[in-house]
Amino acid sequence: MRPFKYTRASDAAVAAGAVAANPNAKFLAGGTNILDLMKEDVERPNELVDVNRLKLSEIKEARGGVSIGALAKNSDTANHPLIRRNYPLLTQAIVAGASGQLRNMATNGGNLMQRTRCQYFYDTAMPCNKREPGTGCGALEGLNRIHAIFGWSDKCVATYPGDMANALYALDAVVRVRGSNGKERTIPVNDFHRLPGDTPEKDNNLAHGELITAIELPKSNFAKNSYYLKVRDRASYAFALVAVAAALELDGGNVRQARVVLGGVAHKPWRSAEAEAALAGRPASEESFRRAAEAALAGAKPLAHNAYKVELGKRAVVRALMRAARLV
Amino acid sequence: MPRYIGKEMSRVDGVAKVTGRAKYAAEFRAPNLAYGFIVLGSVAKGTIKSIDTSEAERAPGVVRVFTHLNTPKLGPKANTEYAPPRNAREQDKSFRALQSDRIYFNAQPVALVVAESYEQARYAARLVKATYDAEKHTTDTEAVRESARSPSQGPPPKPRGNPEEALKTAAVKVEAEYRIAMEHHNPMEPHAAVAAWDGDRLTIFDKSQEVYSVRRHLATTFGVPEANVTVVSPYVGGAFGSSLRPNYYPALTAMAARELKRPVKVVYTRTQMFTGHGHRPYTIQKIALGAERSGKLTSMIHTAVHNTSTFEEFSDNTTGFTRQVYACPNLFAPTLIAPVDLPTPTWMRAPGAVSGMFALECAMDELAYKLNIDPLELRLINYAERDPESGRPFSSKALRECYRLGAEKFGWKERRMEPRSMRDGRLLVGWGTATGVWGAFQSPASAKITYRADGTAHVTSATSDIGPGTYTVMTMIAAEYLGNRPEQVKFELGDTNFPRAPAQGGSQTTSSVGSAVHGAALAVAARLLALANQDESSPLKGAAPADVEMLDGRLRLKRDPSKSVQIPEVMRRNNLAEVTETFESRPSEERRKYATMAHGAQFVEVKVDPDLGRVRVTRAIEVTACGKIINPKASHSQEIGGVVWGIGMALTEATEIDHRFGRIMNPNLQHYHVPVNADVHEIETIFVEEDDTVVNPLGVKGMGELGMVGIPAAIANAVFHATGRRVRELPITPDKLL
Ligand SMILES: Cc1cc2nc3c(=O)[nH]c(=O)nc-3n(C[C@H](O)[C@H](O)[C@H](O)COP(=O)(O)OP(=O)(O)OC[C@H]3O[C@@H](n4cnc5c(N)ncnc54)[C@H](O)[C@@H]3O)c2cc1C
Ligand code: SF4
Repeated sequence: MRPFKYTRASDAAVAAGAVAANPNAKFLAGGTNILDLMKEDVERPNELVDVNRLKLSEIKEARGGVSIGALAKNSDTANHPLIRRNYPLLTQAIVAGASGQLRNMATNGGNLMQRTRCQYFYDTAMPCNKREPGTGCGALEGLNRIHAIFGWSDKCVATYPGDMANALYALDAVVRVRGSNGKERTIPVNDFHRLPGDTPEKDNNLAHGELITAIELPKSNFAKNSYYLKVRDRASYAFALVAVAAALELDGGNVRQARVVLGGVAHKPWRSAEAEAALAGRPASEESFRRAAEAALAGAKPLAHNAYKVELGKRAVVRALMRAARLV
Repeated sequence: MPRYIGKEMSRVDGVAKVTGRAKYAAEFRAPNLAYGFIVLGSVAKGTIKSIDTSEAERAPGVVRVFTHLNTPKLGPKANTEYAPPRNAREQDKSFRALQSDRIYFNAQPVALVVAESYEQARYAARLVKATYDAEKHTTDTEAVRESARSPSQGPPPKPRGNPEEALKTAAVKVEAEYRIAMEHHNPMEPHAAVAAWDGDRLTIFDKSQEVYSVRRHLATTFGVPEANVTVVSPYVGGAFGSSLRPNYYPALTAMAARELKRPVKVVYTRTQMFTGHGHRPYTIQKIALGAERSGKLTSMIHTAVHNTSTFEEFSDNTTGFTRQVYACPNLFAPTLIAPVDLPTPTWMRAPGAVSGMFALECAMDELAYKLNIDPLELRLINYAERDPESGRPFSSKALRECYRLGAEKFGWKERRMEPRSMRDGRLLVGWGTATGVWGAFQSPASAKITYRADGTAHVTSATSDIGPGTYTVMTMIAAEYLGNRPEQVKFELGDTNFPRAPAQGGSQTTSSVGSAVHGAALAVAARLLALANQDESSPLKGAAPADVEMLDGRLRLKRDPSKSVQIPEVMRRNNLAEVTETFESRPSEERRKYATMAHGAQFVEVKVDPDLGRVRVTRAIEVTACGKIINPKASHSQEIGGVVWGIGMALTEATEIDHRFGRIMNPNLQHYHVPVNADVHEIETIFVEEDDTVVNPLGVKGMGELGMVGIPAAIANAVFHATGRRVRELPITPDKLL
């Protein structure tokens, strides 16, 4: 990789300040994504600010919900009793991702920030607007079997590859960040990631130098009826072709409220307001779920090689809801 | 009664491997070692217009940047003093890096940056800037399919009988087209070399399946006598064919070392492996089968087309085994090749066979459904009692027993014929079968044994152990016939200082090298007998070498073990601390009267999620008949590995090319999916041992490739049985089943 400066931050202010001061600096958490990308020459920071010493790995009850430190490891998060009990959807989503070894290294903040797995993004000899704005999108008319069916632009058709975030979207999480000026702000997770538009180089709305400190989950009524479904090219250790985070709050046989978030279909986790609306107040039945699935995929715009995601998406939504409702 | 042969033995190199004592190519050190990093090009065809190395050369630690502009010409043409090859087969046209501005394939090496450290070399490699005059390229085999031709090597394929006519008049016909994706071997160990020159003598540590061929290649490349080149490759972390041919990196490494007058190491990255050692070609196959209503095949026409490169011919003989599997009087089975702007393909585990049998065995399944005959029954109806190609008898063929035993273990008779008729809850259950076939090959091989008075032995042969357990099996064979214990045998391989052995490919190592070790052990015994019988009072007087055996330090008469001599005593009398014998084994004349093949039957259960298109291979039973099993432990492991490979080929593996750029787009393990543990469920491997006295003295056949041959077809057939969907294109990913 290219030479870079390495510093280890002792507190959040120093960390955020150091990154803010250098437009080519980045935070280093578990390193499972950033280091790979640096080896591939895709990311070229000239400074890494190691944040692993910051006291940001606590998982604790807060405001009726739970606050998860940005530096808590994915494994610790998935296995925490509070999460397992109150947010099993999050546990399922996390353990559906990567491998045990990686989850032991990966942090929650880094996970939110992970970059696309588009093949063109990874190959510096290929055009890619996300990696090098203005060079074109290799995937738009290339190999795009794993790419987006929602929300893409001519500039970029990549998907956000992560699993954990799909659950966070369903659970109405809020991302707490700290700016270099010391000010904290919160970003509803739904507004965290971006669609590519004309600026695919920007994955999300975090400003340079802003440090994610925690992810907050409000009290949830979905613990009893939720399910994370991931369809991939092999049984484990692969990114989702399509994933669905489904959560239901049931009232007898009826759905009081629902969450349907699709992963692997857009530049961000794709929360389907249409599906959720189609479910609210309806009986929790295969028929309602099918209608919701149709609603969820109605606006899909597949590319040359990923039309299958539309049908797969529908079936995955139905299956995830059926599982959430414990009908299968 | 054999003491070791046929009994389970753990790998003799196991401890060295798990403790890190086993040294792989990249782990060798040399004083003043420099590190090379390869720079890959970015167009598929054309010429290098400019290459700017100035920034790289200024980078810290950089020793030299090699490009086509400053790399000496290598190879037979460059070296007039080297005798030209006697025939085309010997001609080594393999790709050599940095020889001209010509680009033959995308991600071709265009520079080698050598620096004081690996990191410095890798960093500076990023600073090399090349521009190209690109030309119109073709990487899509589909696009050049019509221009495919027979390979120029070997006789042109001849039809048997009159297949076209027989097809026309056949009562039942199946015609279909099958495709397999290009695949890469992806062994765990990346290819690497460490090269050091001493004057005009070269020593190179390499990852190789055949050290002698690397030696020949390097001698040709540098115009030095073969004797000047030493190739060392003691451990190989998987190769699967990717180290059968000399790849470009050993010559590149040795070139840099020679120019810089210091040792150089080059290690491929995973990405570099994808254009650095060949691949299983993309293969299109067309099959037409004609049969009587009874199921008897009357015609088989099987045409395969696969890619080769523009600078070399390669054919994996995809349709080769089609000629020998079923009894059928009319047949035509050519394999054609079409050049594209990609690296030359190469052999990859079960080359040709697994691709060809995927198509043939799926077509047989399709025929079974057309005829409404049980797929296993159809295979029995067409069972070949003799080799249909040569008419010769098989030296042994227990395939019928494999079918029977496999079917029984699997519970095949419970199978319902109709697709989608078996379920497990919401999941569709499918059972599929296929036949596996491979040759029982043998090549000339030599081994040397030094047997010492204390009963220990040093055994060497320049073979390789890419994972099948060659170290162990040779140790067992030596111990068996030297009558000592495996702990007293030290077997070494992978070094051109050892006697010549063929490539570890084609599943021929135990038959070839094992026969050599066996022969060398018998030669030791014969020598000891001669020495013993110099003594007038020898109890073995009059015995022929075939009459005696070594056991626990004694040489004794087989038929009367009470007649024996103490070997240490014989040696002491002759003032010998050790005796050394080298033996070359060759395939026997007897073999020519027979067809020598290994067979297997595979039974596979899949469970398919009909909504999500997910396929799980929940059960696989593989019964193989491959002669005698020397080490059941390693042998089962070979066959289990074969099944896993078959799962990968059937369900997950594909090298993807963006034909607009002619570039492989998934040259890494995140995008190229090999099966993981979760993809692998119950696998049972069973051997039906054959007592084959023809194939070689040990009665062994190959198994390493055989284990995967029928698996992709069996899985595809099971998927059809489960879902009613005939997927004729591998891999069967979820999108293909929606
Ligand atoms: C082989 C492999 C398979 C994988 N499979 C999956 C999968 O199936 N599903 C899945 O969801 N993920 C998968 N992943 C991705 C994995 O989840 C991410 O790599 C991981 O979560 C990133 O976390 P990290 O702490 O290692 O981040 P790092 O690599 O350290 O950082 C990633 C990015 O986040 C930034 N960053 C880190 N922490 C903060 C912070 N607190 N505030 C602001 N910015 C920050 C860094 O600057 C960097 O840009 C896989 C990864 C690998 C290598
Ligand atoms: S989809 Fe996005 S990430 Fe992929 S090539 Fe296009 S711009 Fe780059």
